[in-house]
Amino acid sequence: MTYKTGIDQLPIPPKDAKVQNVTCDFCIVGCGYKAISWPIDRQGGADAGDNVFGEDLNQQQGAESPAWYNPSMYNVVQQDSRLVHLIIKPDKACEVNAGLNSVRGGRMGVTRYSEQTGTMTARLTQPMVWRYSQMMPTSWDDSLSLVADVTRRVIEEMGEDGVIVSAFDHGGAAGGYENTWGTGKLYFDAMKVKNIRIHNRPAYNSEVHASRDMGVGELNNSYEDAELADTIFVVGANPLENQTNYFLAHWVPNLRGETLDKKRQMLASEAHAPARIIIVDPRRTVSVNACEAVAGKENVLHLAIAPGTDLVLLNALLTEVVSKGWQANDFIAQHTVGFDEAVAANRISVEDAAAVTGLASADIRKAAQWIAEPKAGGTQRRTMHAYEKGLIWGNDNYRTNAAMVNLALATWNVGREGTGCVRLGGHQEGYVRPSDAHVGRPAAYVDQLLISGQGGVHHVWATDHFKSTLNAEEFRRIYRRRTNLVKEAMDSVPYGDRQAQLEQIVAAIKRGGLFSVVVDILPTQIGEAAHVWLPAATAGEMNLTSMNGERRLRLTERYMDPPGVAMPDALIAARMANAIEASFRKAGNGAYADQFKGKFDWKTEEDAFMDGYHEHAEGGKFVTYDRLRSMGTNGVHEPVVGFENGRLIGTKRLYTDGKFKTADGRAKFMKAEWRGLQVAGREQQREKYAFLINNGRNNLVWQNAFYDQHTPFVRERMPVAPIEMNPGDMTTLGLQAGDLVEVYNDVGSTQAMVYPTPAAKPGQAFMLFIAPTGQVGNVISKATNELMIPDYKNVWANIRRIGHVPSADGMSFKNIEYPQTL
Amino acid sequence: MKECPRLAALGRRQFLRGGAVAAAGAAAVSVVSTTPARAVVPAARVDYPASRLANVRDLKVNEPMQIAYPDADSPGVLIKLGTPVDGGAGPDRDIVAYSTLCPHKGFPLAYDSTDKTLSCPGHFSRFDCEKEGQQVWGHATQNLAMFRLTVDTAGDIRAVGADELIYGRTRNVLSENTVSLRRG
Repeated sequence: MTYKTGIDQLPIPPKDAKVQNVTCDFCIVGCGYKAISWPIDRQGGADAGDNVFGEDLNQQQGAESPAWYNPSMYNVVQQDSRLVHLIIKPDKACEVNAGLNSVRGGRMGVTRYSEQTGTMTARLTQPMVWRYSQMMPTSWDDSLSLVADVTRRVIEEMGEDGVIVSAFDHGGAAGGYENTWGTGKLYFDAMKVKNIRIHNRPAYNSEVHASRDMGVGELNNSYEDAELADTIFVVGANPLENQTNYFLAHWVPNLRGETLDKKRQMLASEAHAPARIIIVDPRRTVSVNACEAVAGKENVLHLAIAPGTDLVLLNALLTEVVSKGWQANDFIAQHTVGFDEAVAANRISVEDAAAVTGLASADIRKAAQWIAEPKAGGTQRRTMHAYEKGLIWGNDNYRTNAAMVNLALATWNVGREGTGCVRLGGHQEGYVRPSDAHVGRPAAYVDQLLISGQGGVHHVWATDHFKSTLNAEEFRRIYRRRTNLVKEAMDSVPYGDRQAQLEQIVAAIKRGGLFSVVVDILPTQIGEAAHVWLPAATAGEMNLTSMNGERRLRLTERYMDPPGVAMPDALIAARMANAIEASFRKAGNGAYADQFKGKFDWKTEEDAFMDGYHEHAEGGKFVTYDRLRSMGTNGVHEPVVGFENGRLIGTKRLYTDGKFKTADGRAKFMKAEWRGLQVAGREQQREKYAFLINNGRNNLVWQNAFYDQHTPFVRERMPVAPIEMNPGDMTTLGLQAGDLVEVYNDVGSTQAMVYPTPAAKPGQAFMLFIAPTGQVGNVISKATNELMIPDYKNVWANIRRIGHVPSADGMSFKNIEYPQTL
Repeated sequence: MKECPRLAALGRRQFLRGGAVAAAGAAAVSVVSTTPARAVVPAARVDYPASRLANVRDLKVNEPMQIAYPDADSPGVLIKLGTPVDGGAGPDRDIVAYSTLCPHKGFPLAYDSTDKTLSCPGHFSRFDCEKEGQQVWGHATQNLAMFRLTVDTAGDIRAVGADELIYGRTRNVLSENTVSLRRG
């Protein structure tokens, strides 16, 4: 039976309801929302004068109504210790999303903690520690003093290299400038931790090292550029499902020709047409389908490339562009270095590239033409270059990233309207930390350190390795073994005898044990192995700042109380720092304790923002909470360069002056020669196993499903993580829709639910990434590139039936593509 | 249902910006309208009209009939699917009715008879008419509102309720004047 709420009316916010700014908790796009709240015992009315929208709610509202909200946007929550009605609805006045919501952001209402309506009551509400052989509730003081004492003992025995940290570095909920600064100041200033990793990969590294090394920051354009481009060239990304409202509100209008007037107005001296789009992806995604629906097939070039061969295509495009003389010679001469060397080193003919990539030569030539052939009158074409995880977590990250930037530089598609060479992004950004130079490059491969028995204490901030790592089965097995050693040791003494407890814990660590501390908003899978859980607040329960994929900085205001005694991560970090200081001081090591002294006196998240972003970010000195609040959901593009007439002044796009982020201001071309599938063993895997196990996100689920697994509307569609399969392959293997299959190879095995997908190529399956009910990381081998970036994407395995998902019978397994026949 | 292909074409090229209801057109529908008997204590739930939509013999398998429910401003479809489904009404348990305002942004949904789905030309959301309006893919944060149906011995099909909030309303039944006070 399909999930229905049965709700057929909702309370109406009164005219004087409180309205606050919200940026969506989730993806990089950062859609603007409004939180509307009012006391539980009041209500507005349907007449226009009686509600906050000023709308006549007695009438049916038209399409895209700014006044409509639905049951997923509504909840009853606590605000300043009083019950209020809360609506979180998309903001029509926000330039990012123009009132659109995705299926993820549109559910912020029902993913709030509510004891009244029972939503998200799985949230962690109080610190928990391992005692009496189970997780038990306790106080902040007790839990933090245990963490501090164990951390101190580990540092005394092993130095700071014994402290292993996994921490988010992103914006949005569970991140943001306040919280990256809080954790950053703890681990990079008070301490100098180098064994640290990021939420989605096993080391502390950039996903776009090459772009940065070339002097091109990876978020260099504005979302408006997608409205102005002649061509959008996108590699390894699926924007309809992953950057939904960027795609719907900015790409689609250009593909439909709806931005022609804007183009003619802003760029008056050149010819314009509706945009064309080139999508490089082995898989036909719903993005490809939607582009065909809005632009016509003749304006969409889907290059269904052989997995892992993007580098060859990009080098061939550069070669072809140069052979036609379409490169931007003046720009190259004035603002770059290394062009000739890179062109020579990366040269590959279209025909040779066609043989490797499996593409038609004519299609490669057509792509080069769409990207770089001058427009009528000889003006340089404007082509937005965009990429994401298909490239980032594909084959040979560094070189492929470089090849993408080479192409954009050669065609002057950075720093002009309608261009940009950008990653599309996953989370929002929100990074401000003290220098991480001591971490080194390549950074430590933290998950392998943990597997090899190193480290004594593991601080885990909103990260779940059990889902989001490679070689995941081995990781889980060893992590459980190591943390169990400590649990058994803790069980051998009464909790209240701290001295004896510490002796037992340290002895267990010396035998290979590991003490694990998890800071999160919800119970996690890695948390099952941990000894301490610390409850964090999320966006809206705290004021939180982040920037989106066009560097748009906004403040999400606090509109409700955190559950229980949960606190912002920044303040947890501060209290942890203070507890570690106290522990060292008590133990007589005043010198070490002094490293923390006076640095963590923050009382609020705003204190952390002022200490971090305001003092340390580029342009941060202009920015305060009050100023950001007044900029609303449109915010300001970073870097902020001034404050005039009550408004923050930002930077819409980077490098418009041709000065890049290198010592001499010239962007660098880079050699990026093809070397096949770079990760050892993958070529052999491809020979040996029947299916490519491509993987990534889908529309309905955000990140590792931390909220979605508690949400019936989603759970009904994803009782087990789906695997998209070609119907012919299903017949060959005797599979039905909804069958539970095992995916197995030389690395490990995992499970998924079969979703028949006519667009899937034979021999190419697609799994949901980092899903709680079937981790694709189990079948991904541990090798990375030279900078510790995994190749999560190019993995091969076999598939066999192991059963049927019981709740699958209530699911629709119809084609997810919008019908081209309509 | 001749409206749907036209609406889809309109959506594809023009990206409807409003007036989805107007675009969906008025539908022939007979709404039972009686003088509401005001309860002293208001009911906790919405009272729905019982509206005659059609007779079973008017329906052809897999050919959607345009309807409106619970009033003329709320367009929908009535479909005899040809195979029994959960929530299906009538002797063959195969008659279903849905709102055709997309619960994402209110664009008019178009019926695809090849796989019995309703799809939105605005942002590509899709709903399965054989699974009580389950969203197959899309941006709506709820499944599609299904109209509950009764079929009497004479074959008259009436809509008598809805299981989700209809797009563009804070209350499914906007005016009590259309309510026949079907309670119980």
